[in-house]
Amino acid sequence: MLQFFLRRLGMVIPTFIGVSLFAFALIHLIPGDVVTIMGGERGVSAETRAELEAMLGLDKPLWQQYFIYIGNILQGDLGTSYVTGKPVLSEFMARFPATLELTICAGIFAVLVGLTLGILAAIRRGGWLDHTVMTISLAGYSMPIFWWGLLLILLFSVNLGWTPVSGRMDVMFWVDNVTGFMLIDTLLSPAKGAFASALQHLLLPSIVLGTIPMAVIARMTRSSMLEVLGEDYIRTARAKGLSKTRVVAKHALRNALIPVITVMGLQVGMLLSGAILTETIFAWPGVGKWLIEAINRRDYPVVQGGLLLVATLIILVNLLVDLMYGVVNPRVRHSK
Amino acid sequence: MKKGIPILVVVLIVVAAAVWWFSNSEDQQVAEATTFVYCSEASPEGFNPAFYTSGTTFDAAGRTMFNRLVEFERGGTAVNPGLAESWEISDDGLTYTFHLRDGVKFHTNHGFTPSRDFNAEDVLWSFNRQMDESHPYHGVSNQDYAYFGYMGMADAIASLTAPDDMTVVFKLSAPNAPFLANLAMDFASIGSAEYAAAMMEAGTPEMVDQQPIGTGPFMLTDYQQDAVIRYTAHPDYWEGAADIDRLVFSITPDASVRYAKLKSGECHHMVYPNPADIAEMQADSNISVMSAPGLNVGYLAFNTEKAPFDNKLVRQALNLATNKASILEAVYQGAGEAAKNPIPPTMWSYNDDVVDYDYDPARARELLAQAGYPNGFETNIWAMPVQRPYNPNARRMAELIQSDWAAVGVDAEIVSYEWGEYLDRTSNGDHETAMLGWTGDNGDPDNFLNTLLGCQAAATGGNIAFWCNDEFNTLVNDALRVSDIDQRTALYEQAQLVFKEEAPWITVAHSVVYEPMSPSVQGYKMSPFGVHAFYGVSLAE
Repeated sequence: MLQFFLRRLGMVIPTFIGVSLFAFALIHLIPGDVVTIMGGERGVSAETRAELEAMLGLDKPLWQQYFIYIGNILQGDLGTSYVTGKPVLSEFMARFPATLELTICAGIFAVLVGLTLGILAAIRRGGWLDHTVMTISLAGYSMPIFWWGLLLILLFSVNLGWTPVSGRMDVMFWVDNVTGFMLIDTLLSPAKGAFASALQHLLLPSIVLGTIPMAVIARMTRSSMLEVLGEDYIRTARAKGLSKTRVVAKHALRNALIPVITVMGLQVGMLLSGAILTETIFAWPGVGKWLIEAINRRDYPVVQGGLLLVATLIILVNLLVDLMYGVVNPRVRHSK
Repeated sequence: MKKGIPILVVVLIVVAAAVWWFSNSEDQQVAEATTFVYCSEASPEGFNPAFYTSGTTFDAAGRTMFNRLVEFERGGTAVNPGLAESWEISDDGLTYTFHLRDGVKFHTNHGFTPSRDFNAEDVLWSFNRQMDESHPYHGVSNQDYAYFGYMGMADAIASLTAPDDMTVVFKLSAPNAPFLANLAMDFASIGSAEYAAAMMEAGTPEMVDQQPIGTGPFMLTDYQQDAVIRYTAHPDYWEGAADIDRLVFSITPDASVRYAKLKSGECHHMVYPNPADIAEMQADSNISVMSAPGLNVGYLAFNTEKAPFDNKLVRQALNLATNKASILEAVYQGAGEAAKNPIPPTMWSYNDDVVDYDYDPARARELLAQAGYPNGFETNIWAMPVQRPYNPNARRMAELIQSDWAAVGVDAEIVSYEWGEYLDRTSNGDHETAMLGWTGDNGDPDNFLNTLLGCQAAATGGNIAFWCNDEFNTLVNDALRVSDIDQRTALYEQAQLVFKEEAPWITVAHSVVYEPMSPSVQGYKMSPFGVHAFYGVSLAE
């Protein structure tokens, strides 16, 4: 187990270096530069340009900039935002709870609905239920997040008035930011109805963000279940006279879920990248929206630092999933 | 596992029911206080209006929390008294003496309670911070004083003194007619010297920029970046406390979502609607749409340093070959009017006697032949990659112009770059013809004619036609040195005639700006500068 753990960990370091190089290079490869953006339609004079470049360290050769960058990261310094002048790490931490809250809720939605649909479809294979589930999951998988979000807003917020359009909280409530998790902060706050408002605000974005992972999980569960249900031991169990429910719940599901867990882990990356779009649509003040704004403003340290942090997070989650998988299914530990 | 699923479904239903039940009790929460919710388009870059150039920051800081010595009238470009009750300008136009208003109170916040009213010290602090590099506050927050630089204030101001507590005197190095209007711009907002000193002492000087206090109608209460800014009305505001008790900026970057929030009643006012939604908004009785001509111009500039555009006849010919009416219809969809001058018609000194080039391809061909291009030539048209107030769809505009020019034998290729790159390359003069535009800053014609077409701007890159015409340049620079408005008007009117004859640009359009809001909003006035201010606004029941 330890060997397996170390082997997986060893793969993380080159990945991390690759990501840092990519984050660094990307920002220099994309056209446009921060100094020009600062000037807007007015432009900047050559002197001001040189002055600003020196101030921002852009006058040094690229490789030097990269090593300075890596050196700083290793000291825990991800740079300071050009725009706000605050450290990137603290800006990230201020927004991360919002993203985490949304991602967790979307994940719960995806797992609950995805598993249920997948299992139902497998049991009723070929029936109308199966067809419906397959259609829903195909549609869910191919739905562009932007369009899907606006569609739900139009239906539930504008036409029916059931949910708020965007944001994390009704602007009428003044809730203190204690943990950064709205659901917890509202419970700590004396404002009546704030918790309900936070829940209502979470509903649509969670569904929108959870839709694609939900579809993936549903399809994966269905096919994995079907495979397991065709195995000999299931037939044996049936032949022993066990009820269908018991066979499915006790024997089939446990084995069918092993590949599904991997898929769920991979969906975390999907959730985090999907959060960028979802947060933009729903004006959700998380990491995704922060990154988009930073890109618009060519706030290099934020884009670099933010990308690196998000990528690191995805790498770590994948590592965790791999390790869990190794625990659940000992066979993978020994395979190369 | 299978048993677990129905239980979870039940839990979900219970949670949903709880949300319903709780949300109905929310109504009691809606306070007695009047709250005005404004759906803004982005987070402000910060709260010090001297650092930044975007309207988003002016809305969130300059127009809500601060005052200036003089103020633009609400909804207009005229300059009114602000923190200065009155002023005198010496005959030589070099000395501006401002008499300050008595009894103006600053805001209070958690960390600071002012001990005195506004006085000359605050004015000195606010300007010296920007112009004096040795000022203890100059380097605080490590930002540029962008607009102070753009407006050439450091060169314009020779000295600033306060003979007594209630008087400040600016001495200029040369007569500068737009100076007064410049002082009404956001960068000239007045902060509190006393607060600055207290924060310096406490070792947290940047607080002045992050949690500023001013004399303006609203006080900053709370800011969650990318989410919401909350203000409360300044109870002791010198013009009288605002009608609304609370002002909330609900930061909503997507235009469709802002529209949805306006429809569902979650905000009272929104900015920057999608042009495609405007007709629907106007038809909706639950939304009132205000519109006003913007203080802007969208244009196509010929690079007059490159052949064949160094030839006046070619420039005139392409002016004649361009069908503005079809551009206005297809690109502006009615939300704009054809431009004949480089300054918008709402601005003083607009010369209505200027005759624009008609759409006349036959005449255009004649002029081209006369210039030595009977078979036309090849060129390029640069189209901006972004939507701007003065040009909602540059790409589409470029396509229309391309086909108009093709009809007279001029074969143009459309070129586009990412926005920052585009600005960079156009100011370098990499283009042959390029589209751009301008929104006025201070209501002064100099801010268009000199900034965009003067010889100095041709050197620094603001003039992307690189057009340096002696006659025009002399006229606009003379106009800068006289303070008599009639004399200035005459000079600017003459300059516009020269401009039209020389045709360094095709003046395409002045766009119309739309602001949708709830019908309950009363007293709102649109600013020609494209900023949004909520003092004087109230909500009907």
